[in-house]
Amino acid sequence: MAKKVISINEATIRFAGDSGDGMQLTGTRFTEATAIVGNDLKTIPNYPSEIRAPLGTLAGVSAFQLMFGSQRVFTPGDLPDTLVAMNPAALKVHLRDLKKGGTILANSNAFTTKNLKMAGWETNPLEDGSLEGFTVFSIEMSRLVKIALESSDLTSKGIERTKNMFALGVLFWMYNRPIEPTEEWLRKKFESNPSIAEANITAMKTGFNYGETTEIFTTSYAVEKADLPKGKYRNITGNVAVAYGLVTAAEKAGKELFLGSYPITPASEILHTLSSLRNHGVKTFQAEDEIAGIASAIGASYAGDLAVTTTSGPGMALKTEAIGLAIITELPLVIVNVQRGGPSTGMPTKMEQSDLLQAVHGRNSDAQIPVIAAKDPADCFECAFEAARVAMKYMTPVILLSDGYLGQGSGPWQIPDPKKLPKIEVNHPDSSDRGEDGFMPYSRDENEARPWAIPGTEGLEHRIGGLEKENITGMVSQDPDNHQLMTDIRARKVENIKQEIPPSEIHGDSKGKLLVVGWGSTHGAIHVAIDRARAKGLSVSQLHLRWVSPFPSDIKAICDEFDEILIPEVNSGQLAMLLKGELAREIHQLNIVRGEPFRASEIEEKINEILG
Amino acid sequence: MSETKVDIQDLNLTRKDFVPGNEVRWCPGCGDYSVLANMQKTLPVMGVKKENYAFVSGIGCSSRFPYYMDTYGFHSIHGRAPAIASGVKLANPELAVWVITGDGDGFSIGGNHMIHALRRNIDMNIMLFNNRIYGLTKGQYSPTSLLGAKTKSSPFGSIDRPFNPSAVALGANATFISRALDVDAKGLQESIKRAQRHKGAAFIEVYQNCIIFNDGEFADVENKSTRPDNALFVVHGEPMIFGKEQDKGIIMKDNHPKVVHLGQEWSEEDLLVHDETNPIITNLLLEMTFDHNNPTPFGVLRAVDAPSYDDMMVEQIKEVTKVKGKGTLEDLFYSGDVWEVK
Ligand SMILES: Cc1ncc(C[n+]2csc(CCOP(=O)(O)OP(=O)(O)O)c2C)c(N)n1
Ligand code: SF4
Ligand SMILES: [Mg+2]
Repeated sequence: MAKKVISINEATIRFAGDSGDGMQLTGTRFTEATAIVGNDLKTIPNYPSEIRAPLGTLAGVSAFQLMFGSQRVFTPGDLPDTLVAMNPAALKVHLRDLKKGGTILANSNAFTTKNLKMAGWETNPLEDGSLEGFTVFSIEMSRLVKIALESSDLTSKGIERTKNMFALGVLFWMYNRPIEPTEEWLRKKFESNPSIAEANITAMKTGFNYGETTEIFTTSYAVEKADLPKGKYRNITGNVAVAYGLVTAAEKAGKELFLGSYPITPASEILHTLSSLRNHGVKTFQAEDEIAGIASAIGASYAGDLAVTTTSGPGMALKTEAIGLAIITELPLVIVNVQRGGPSTGMPTKMEQSDLLQAVHGRNSDAQIPVIAAKDPADCFECAFEAARVAMKYMTPVILLSDGYLGQGSGPWQIPDPKKLPKIEVNHPDSSDRGEDGFMPYSRDENEARPWAIPGTEGLEHRIGGLEKENITGMVSQDPDNHQLMTDIRARKVENIKQEIPPSEIHGDSKGKLLVVGWGSTHGAIHVAIDRARAKGLSVSQLHLRWVSPFPSDIKAICDEFDEILIPEVNSGQLAMLLKGELAREIHQLNIVRGEPFRASEIEEKINEILG
Repeated sequence: MSETKVDIQDLNLTRKDFVPGNEVRWCPGCGDYSVLANMQKTLPVMGVKKENYAFVSGIGCSSRFPYYMDTYGFHSIHGRAPAIASGVKLANPELAVWVITGDGDGFSIGGNHMIHALRRNIDMNIMLFNNRIYGLTKGQYSPTSLLGAKTKSSPFGSIDRPFNPSAVALGANATFISRALDVDAKGLQESIKRAQRHKGAAFIEVYQNCIIFNDGEFADVENKSTRPDNALFVVHGEPMIFGKEQDKGIIMKDNHPKVVHLGQEWSEEDLLVHDETNPIITNLLLEMTFDHNNPTPFGVLRAVDAPSYDDMMVEQIKEVTKVKGKGTLEDLFYSGDVWEVK
């Protein structure tokens, strides 16, 4: 029987299984194949904070979701069309999200009495009719790979492990994705152990053929190439993009890159990525704690490197005092916070946007700092580059806010031409800058930045530090007027950065009933919600803020053109609080803190409610 | 790359080159003055260009030190100087990096950074001003204050068992440990020279008198008349001899160091011989610190060669670059699966 191929615009798939089932890897391979086909896409992992939570339990379920399409894709999708459930716990946790009429692919061999009981199913849902309303493919994945790999020299445990590749094969068939890139990838990954590579390839092919030949599947789906701007692309996670942006900024500034960091989820991949780039001259220093992470970076900045420290919420809290030191010594520094759910240890592997106020205001004294926030994984590259550029131009620390969803989620990145990326101008004074009265370490340029004089430069020996300094001379000073002056200059330096912010772009009309203002990773969900609402004829537009400190200079003028303002945030209303202060007007809020990004539908509903 | 040594004649530096114009603001009679003077005297003859010295300190009276040196200086935040200095050295391995810290700065709030900087053996010199008190905050007990110390925050006597900082340094596997006295110019200069020449993390503990809040803490060794009988100045390869008449020595008895009088029963050959490279000897000397039956040891207690972190980092960058080739942005960007939209 010839099988039907139905053409669809987009699909959302969620892979779910036990932490040990390799769901992140399966999802990533599906993503790579999908990228190569030319679809636009976004991904989001969702995994427990325990490395190996007890087998088969609800707590141990790990998932990976992606949405891909023939049009621009801004989020990893709200509710999945297809759910791959490798065990009863995975089905239990994720069934509630599956779209009505959605498809379930389950490994029926894992639905044993013991596993069912552990997951809290009284009877087997694959058999008791409770999944009526969904399309269920109950497949004996474990048994089928066992048969297919009968002659392999893998242990039975090893064979069982390949079942995720079987599931991947089925999905490759179902969504008409090529298997070759994964084949190649497996051969490379298991170069030193070809029998593992071959077993996985066999399992994947068995899955693919299972789709192709068995009667249970009648339909597969095709998703056309997306209409992305011309160019070369690769898939990239936000964390890797941050690392690349920093390496690029260093190269464009003619600087060596120094990272001082302490491991923490979900920021560690930046440290991992940068530590693998020794041949790019990158110096990574795994410090004894977050304080030493930023302190070493401050030292490296003082000595002339492009210095960076990376962390997540709790680590950010530890860095607080040292950020103040970077502010008062006016040294360039990039501080990356990949936000996670808090307070305290909170939800390490889950995302949240709740460190905004901490970034903008969370220090002793008047201690302003520029804060830039990335909107999607690819944007992490640009924001990292921009943060570094501004830090060096204005001689100030800059905070870059990402979050667990951006950091670990992925999307296509249009690879820039390295030659076309702008150079970053850096000037270090030399002995000729020593005047008659000596060198003036706190003299000011047109942006009120002080000179970056580095140790080793003859004749410019000078002292800096956490004690207030006299403007121009840099001598220790507790003079009241000088402190006022320095406090004002430090604030003005941050304000001056407004001139770096291009005019804000509005998605939708530049005036109307409702303006939805967002920052960071809510960009995608807001964008989709706006498109849907506008398609229904609603008067609603989107303003996305990349710099959250300082605000762009046109923010008030833009907001004035709208009757109402809505701010959706994955926190309890932090941008809303800042913007209320700036605009002095009422703002509608939509706040969730579930450790997950917004669904576009939630924002759409709120828009309807306000305009309805 | 480590610090390039330059001919001292070519540098033509004198003490004056290291004295800035500003006024020094320690209390009159504070032990810090002497340490500063000896630093300014010694650095000119080390074969290091003036602009290549960088002094990093934390917070405390002692941590004001960089303001009084006409070199690059960074007076940072409480306890973090070793971490900041680590970044300075890794950013520019050509620099001769000094950390100035106090017993509170380096062993209370900054204890963690201290042990890790020593353990990593990053090439820098860490000078601890041990006055067994918090000076700047006006006289609370510190983690080196002795049991029973009556201070502002321990009016009934401290019940806080102290650190022996040099012993902590040994525990952290420091490759260089020396101890000096603020009033002993010769010993200070020797420690500064040896530390500056040492490749790796060098730890110098200076016994420093705080004349205001803890005067006389080290009287038995500071006082010229009692010093010879209470201080043991060790020299590598030499027997451990001390005393006004150089008539006392240290032997090993029942696995413990013991003072003996040279003469009829004991001769120099019976004495323990100092060995900077032997951690057992270093430990034995450190154990004598709080032991009233034994003199307090000073001098270079330990000096061993070990690879330094900064050298290894430079080496690794070279090595990986040799194997992989110098990385370009192009290589980096195209390191994943790439596709083209035409
Ligand atoms: C974060 C922080 N906590 C506390 C202080 C207050 N403080 C300044 S110096 C100091 C102790 C200094 O003692 P020590 O390091 O022994 O230096 P000394 O003044 O004795 O030379 C304290 C507690 C501070 N400056 N910063
Ligand atoms: S308080 Fe003590 S340590 Fe501080 S300057 Fe005065 S004498 Fe020196
Ligand atoms: Mg002290």
